Amino acid sequence: MREIDVRLITEKVKELCIQANTELGEDVLQAFDRAIEKEESPLAIEILKELKENARIAREERVPICQDTGVAVIFLEIGQEVRLVGGDLKEAIFEGVRKGYREGYLRKSMCHPFTRVNTGDNTPAILHTEIVPGDKVKVIVAPKGGGSENMSRVVMLTPSEGIEGMKRYVVQRVKESGSNPCPPTIIGVGIGGNFEQAALLAKKSLLRPLGSRNPDPELDRLESELLEEINRLGIGPQGLGGRTTSLAVHILMMPCHIASFPLAVNIQCHAHRHKEIIL
Amino acid sequence: MSKPIRLKTPLREEDVERLRIGDRVLISGVLYTGRDAAHRRLFDLIKEGKELPFDIRGQIIYYVGPTPAPPGKVFGSAGPTTSYRMDAYSPALIERGLKGMIGKGMRSDSVKEAMKKYKAVYFAATGGAGALLAKRIKRAEIIAYEDLGPEAIQRLEVEDFPVIVINDIEGNDLYIEGEKRYKKI
Repeated sequence: MREIDVRLITEKVKELCIQANTELGEDVLQAFDRAIEKEESPLAIEILKELKENARIAREERVPICQDTGVAVIFLEIGQEVRLVGGDLKEAIFEGVRKGYREGYLRKSMCHPFTRVNTGDNTPAILHTEIVPGDKVKVIVAPKGGGSENMSRVVMLTPSEGIEGMKRYVVQRVKESGSNPCPPTIIGVGIGGNFEQAALLAKKSLLRPLGSRNPDPELDRLESELLEEINRLGIGPQGLGGRTTSLAVHILMMPCHIASFPLAVNIQCHAHRHKEIIL
Repeated sequence: MSKPIRLKTPLREEDVERLRIGDRVLISGVLYTGRDAAHRRLFDLIKEGKELPFDIRGQIIYYVGPTPAPPGKVFGSAGPTTSYRMDAYSPALIERGLKGMIGKGMRSDSVKEAMKKYKAVYFAATGGAGALLAKRIKRAEIIAYEDLGPEAIQRLEVEDFPVIVINDIEGNDLYIEGEKRYKKI
């Protein structure tokens, strides 16, 4: 059985925290370019250019793209033929987060819900672990800011509301969020499963590269329809008016209970940060 | 698009009077940082009739919780945070002479009323452009509430800090007007 030392995972999590927060993905930069071409508002074009310039400065000077370096959300896919040695896996990951946020001069944003006292090291991280076939370990670090997360929702629709009800809810959520989640946004939609699974699907859908198609033709069509409707709202970059309210809509769907129609909308700001490594 | 307006702090009443929604402004001078917890403390001092840790008249508060400054840099990443969480406290500060606020996202009606009544403006800086905005900060010094970490009040010296007027003293709102202009439903 292949052995992986958890101390290696600590190092990799540390590096991914810093990388994710300072290097915006090429897919996001290309989405900015496509938006600039389509945009009608001169002010919106200025802002989109500013976001590109910001990404360039962040990458070159190794400073965070955004001061909200977020909750450290970590997806872990562990091959069932891997044996993890050298310590407690969860503790190893948290140690990676601590090191990354300290050594990368990232903001520590985790606090006690009542007293608001900061934990001081950005732990706990939010950890999603899956056991998969194979002998590899995949680590994805996806820091998520508070502004866009605050605008996200889970709702249990009734089955009779159907596709139309789902679309109405998603568009309404984007409309009501206005400028708060830092548009242009990416809209992660999770449909089905149950209460917590819908939220996880919505979050996972955000990991798909921008500009890629949904492999399910029906969902692919729905994504295009929703994006078109959202971009007719006129909210625009930073909410100052324009064509580019969202850069993409991503949907993940699975079956649900005969009585339910769970729906989650996870809004992602333009500082769409995630980096991964396969060990 | 018209050229940006250059403003120096502290802001005078006539500076604020001529600003209109959609104006791009480059601010030079001093900004004070403050977000959730610092606002709570300033508000409590006002309620208790005590003095504030800095003279707020003519000043601008920037809603920001920066990343720690790395060695060799003046400041960390420094974009605006969402403003609505400060809405409960802002009218009291505006009444005491605060002339400007920088953040992102829509303000409540009571904040907009206070801006009209006491002549103050609300600016937006580009949310998520923390690396770019940090370069316009030339000096930084903590002046109060060091215990709050990223939420401490800092006195920033800025040069050509880029913002856009969202709410002016006539009660206009760029978020509402901008959306109306580009809506296609």
